[in-house]
Amino acid sequence: MALDIDIKNLKRVSVITIKGRVDSSNAPELESTFHTLMDQGRYRLVADLSGLEYISSAGLRLLVSTLKACRRYNRGDLRLSSLPPRIAEVLDLSGMTPLFKIFDDTIEAVGSF
Amino acid sequence: MQSGLESQKYMSDECHITVPGRLDQLITISEFIAQAAHQARLDERNTFHIQMAVDEACTNVIQHAYQDIEDGEIEISCRYTDDLFTVTIRDHGHPFDPTSIPPPDLNADLEKRREGGLGLYFMRRLMDEVRFSFDTETGNTVTMIKRIAPRPTNEH
Repeated sequence: MALDIDIKNLKRVSVITIKGRVDSSNAPELESTFHTLMDQGRYRLVADLSGLEYISSAGLRLLVSTLKACRRYNRGDLRLSSLPPRIAEVLDLSGMTPLFKIFDDTIEAVGSF
Repeated sequence: MQSGLESQKYMSDECHITVPGRLDQLITISEFIAQAAHQARLDERNTFHIQMAVDEACTNVIQHAYQDIEDGEIEISCRYTDDLFTVTIRDHGHPFDPTSIPPPDLNADLEKRREGGLGLYFMRRLMDEVRFSFDTETGNTVTMIKRIAPRPTNEH
């Protein structure tokens, strides 16, 4: 499965549902999605990863650069929810797990803002 | 040019594919590895690890060895036995020197994180052995080996 991105703008938070695979060929597409949201002044983001099948180092670097960008703003953050086991494993291997607030489900992640 | 799928050949314990060295081929490469891993009866976790290591290796080839080369090809072979799964990736681009890539600092603060070096790190962490070689005849070769634990049987 290729990359599928869905955005839901709630009152205070935007939920980005990322399905399929994120690799070097399509990480720029995901990057422009994040940039568009931030250009609209939306810095409180939840990435729902329940349907994410694969993420390469390019995708992980993008999550970290988006996290940095969001946190520059008042109460801005990129929080992750519903990580499949393999995705949680590579996030762990990369040493990035402690950088993120991670939730079991998206409702909980949205409510945390 | 021959397409990737046409140049796939399967044997009982070996298969290979040749694809154009472009990022849009990464998904084809990933599907090829999934098929080979399935034939080798690997579990989902080992399959994922090998797919990721190969994805990172091929991304390096495309972005570095073939940085300014448009029509380069990547040749990928998988060989497997009961306890070893070996992937060989070959390109004919610029020589790649793995020692030129500094390792990532996994404990750095968010603001100090350098980007890069992570692909090579994943290859080494996900596979049991990773070797690089270059010669002017055959180009760059990456050989990656995953040791496969014997599958549990249902016999008691």
